[in-house]
Amino acid sequence: MKKFLAQAYIWLLLIILYAPIVIIAIFSFTEAKVLGNWTGFSLRLYGNLLSGGVSSALVRAIFNTLSIGILAAIFSTILGSIAAIGIFNMKGRARKAITLLNDVPMLNPDIITGVSLFILFVAVGVTQGYITVVLAHVAFCTPYVVLSVMPKLRQMNPNTYEAALDLGATPGQALRKVIIPQIRPGMVSGFILAFTLSIDDFAVTLFTKGNQGLDTLSTYIYADARKGGLTPELRPLMTIIFLVVLLLLIVINLRSAKGKPKKIQRI
Amino acid sequence: MAGTEEIIRIEHLTKRYDGKTVLDDFNLNIRKGEFVTFLGPSGCGKTTTLRLIAGFITPDEGRILLEGKDIATVPPYERPLNTVFQRYALFPHLDVYDNSAFGLKLQKMPTDEIDRKVRKVLKMVAMTDYEDRDVESLSGGQQQRVAIARAIVNEPKVLLLDEPLAALDRKMREDMQLELKEMHQKLGITFIYVTHDQEEALTLSDTVVVMREGRIQQIGTPRDIYNEPVNSFVADFIGESNILNGTMIRDKRVSFIGHEFDCVDKGFGENVPVDVVVRPEDIYISRKTEGEQFYGKVTSCIFKGVVYEMLVQTDEGYELEIQDYNAFEAGSSVGMHVHANDIQVMKKERVCNTFEGEVVSADRVSFLGEEWEIAPTSLEPGTKVKVEVPFGGVDLQDNREDGTIEGEVYFILYKGDRYHLTIKTSEDYFLYVDTQDIWDKGDLVGVKIDPKDIKIVKDED
Amino acid sequence: MRIKRSSWAIPYGIFLILFVALPLLLIALYAFQDRSGAFTLQNFVKFFNTPEDLHTFVYSIEIALITTVLCLLFGYPAAWILANARLNRSAVTVILFILPMWINMLVRTLATVALFDFMKLPLGEGALIFGMVYNFLPFMIYPIYNTLHKMDGSYAEAAQDLGASPATVFTKVTLPLSMPGVWSGILMVFMPTISTFAVAELITLNKVKLFGTTIQENINNGMWNYGAALALIMLVIIAVTSTFTDEEDKRADEKGGLI
Repeated sequence: MKKFLAQAYIWLLLIILYAPIVIIAIFSFTEAKVLGNWTGFSLRLYGNLLSGGVSSALVRAIFNTLSIGILAAIFSTILGSIAAIGIFNMKGRARKAITLLNDVPMLNPDIITGVSLFILFVAVGVTQGYITVVLAHVAFCTPYVVLSVMPKLRQMNPNTYEAALDLGATPGQALRKVIIPQIRPGMVSGFILAFTLSIDDFAVTLFTKGNQGLDTLSTYIYADARKGGLTPELRPLMTIIFLVVLLLLIVINLRSAKGKPKKIQRI
Repeated sequence: MAGTEEIIRIEHLTKRYDGKTVLDDFNLNIRKGEFVTFLGPSGCGKTTTLRLIAGFITPDEGRILLEGKDIATVPPYERPLNTVFQRYALFPHLDVYDNSAFGLKLQKMPTDEIDRKVRKVLKMVAMTDYEDRDVESLSGGQQQRVAIARAIVNEPKVLLLDEPLAALDRKMREDMQLELKEMHQKLGITFIYVTHDQEEALTLSDTVVVMREGRIQQIGTPRDIYNEPVNSFVADFIGESNILNGTMIRDKRVSFIGHEFDCVDKGFGENVPVDVVVRPEDIYISRKTEGEQFYGKVTSCIFKGVVYEMLVQTDEGYELEIQDYNAFEAGSSVGMHVHANDIQVMKKERVCNTFEGEVVSADRVSFLGEEWEIAPTSLEPGTKVKVEVPFGGVDLQDNREDGTIEGEVYFILYKGDRYHLTIKTSEDYFLYVDTQDIWDKGDLVGVKIDPKDIKIVKDED
Repeated sequence: MRIKRSSWAIPYGIFLILFVALPLLLIALYAFQDRSGAFTLQNFVKFFNTPEDLHTFVYSIEIALITTVLCLLFGYPAAWILANARLNRSAVTVILFILPMWINMLVRTLATVALFDFMKLPLGEGALIFGMVYNFLPFMIYPIYNTLHKMDGSYAEAAQDLGASPATVFTKVTLPLSMPGVWSGILMVFMPTISTFAVAELITLNKVKLFGTTIQENINNGMWNYGAALALIMLVIIAVTSTFTDEEDKRADEKGGLI
């Protein structure tokens, strides 16, 4: 009985949590302009979205979201992995200082990060646009890469680097052939995480995108929604985004679960 | 196997960390094909020396000559040496085969030659069937075989082994010792081996280098080191031993435990204090109550698998450890004798504590980084003096705060009727103390010295 | 070896100074400057003399508090059930609660609007609070679940063994031990709710304004110094909140722990 009540509570919460998303997904299969009107099953909205039958601004926004996400993920993975190796080899006060500073972007609310970077770009006199958005995204994604790579470095036997040198590898070769392969799972997780955070971001992008008409999906949806009446094609788009995020999360979770059972199987 | 041709010559090698000397003026020649072991307790500098030879760290002073060329500043990847690490340090992302082929692949050797060599060494370490295995799925002993294969496949001039068997259980360790010894004979490569296990060192090596606190204590064959330790540290560290205070009466005549004995040592002078070492198996024990050199009562008797290990309290009050194939149960009266050539006489490293000091006032002197009360002196304040404190004059306190300075029990030697302790002070000075009290290694103590036990002598310089 | 590997952190250190530390300092600097760059306290005086902004500020704190309390009220039992092996054996439900954390907040907000539209409910304060709780409930559940889940079950067993009733076990053992999770949950809900700005506009169709929107509007309209001052005020509130809640349980650990 107790168990039944508990399960009922959990599933009630889950139904409420997922109801809005489910409604959007359901109404992505009908043509009605206004959400809530069911005018019969149709795949036209998906068709419009995929065949480019939507405004070119939306297409550009989708493209920007993906390209900014990939660039930000690449840069923050490189910067963060190198930094993690450095921080791992640091000691004392310097290490504490950089770790603290690394925590700041994760603790800061998005709006503060956005405003502060906006003021920075204004103060320096940079025209804001694509590049400033990428820089801003690298700034708040890299700390997560550092956090993903750090545990892998801690798990690594420090002698493996020396062993590589001992066997004739130059420091560069040792890095490529021994250190990077060992921290690669952390780098991949960090990359996926950075990409997810970047395509998910709204506030920081809004403050750093400038006024040259650059939009990502988030800022496009925001502008669209403020005009009232959401473009119907956003419904299938949101459904697709939800499925993609779901997929990425499953991949991440499977990756982290994979390491342990593998060993047991081999023995 | 070991020829006469020299392969490594180490001269005045010194390494400091943050101003602390961890290796002090290390000198050693190693012959081609020799099996050399650095033996000592943790922190004695043995691993530092190995890492200097491997090139992971660079010395502050000194040279490492490999076949006549100084390699002290050559990076590790350009040295024709290979290392077997304590925790194996296998590359977890590569399988057994690729781990073993790592060095050869870097040399850009043709694939078929790599293949031939890798298979040959894997066969040698009996890991042929494991080529495709993930290294993390292997047992400790198997991982160690791969680590050895990975090193020797490069045909190094010298193989460095850093406590390679320390992580294995006893049975596995003994098997691997035999295999290592065989491998050394078969390959003809020079081995430099680091261990804290004296048994392992004596079993494997051609030459043992006993180290302590960054300094070499003794270099010799296992037999030399065991039978003729040069000081009480080596005697205590290698095997079981009774270490006793004695006096060299004249050449070939020494007194200890209240009796005089014939011995074979000479050249110490007359009536000189010495340390005497007698191995437990070299004391002959019987039930005779007369006709022996000395007598006592057995206080404990434990069977150790092959021999019985007994503690005997002599009539003069000294405690001795004795090993014999026959049991003498506790409480029985026994007689004992020792043969002249089983008595090892060693020069005492010191007969009392000596420190550099300075007079502060008529009744105070500073040494060991602190001021001490002394019996009134007529020397002017500021005079540099030599301070002498007898081993028995140092008083150790349970409560650290009760002492004038604090220290840690660093090393313990039982001398039959008292303990001889080495105390490391909080400022890294060493202090030697004789006491009847029982302390454990690592105990934190307060150090007090009675003013009457502090003797000061004006420094002649 | 020869090049110290600790020096590899230098590029990122410089990056952090340029893009994290410097921008925050600039907020503080701009907040105390007028348009010409001269020192002034006028921006703060203006804030206290603009009833609308002051009202929005207080209202935002109210909304954030209400949201946090509601999230705690609904979230704690959920976390407790999820962490209790006897009541919940499935790991899938846990993942289902965590998933929404990773979906764009705008999308989630618009979904709320869709739900209210669909059910023909009015889009007012009620919708705003629902939307907030809906958005941030997972951020409350996850840290609490995490501490409860990692908690050594033997504490509760020991308490029971010593004669405590289930209710006593909960109030004397489970609840106190789960407090770190509760604090970090409060931090993870309170901070984004107080700083959010798009959510309120979209849900209430611009009828209700929160402090985040005030900041954004000022920055948007070129009132950078005033905007910076408002941002600084929010930063102070956040700094106070996060020092108040347990420093050990940072949002970083919680989010990072997901992977």
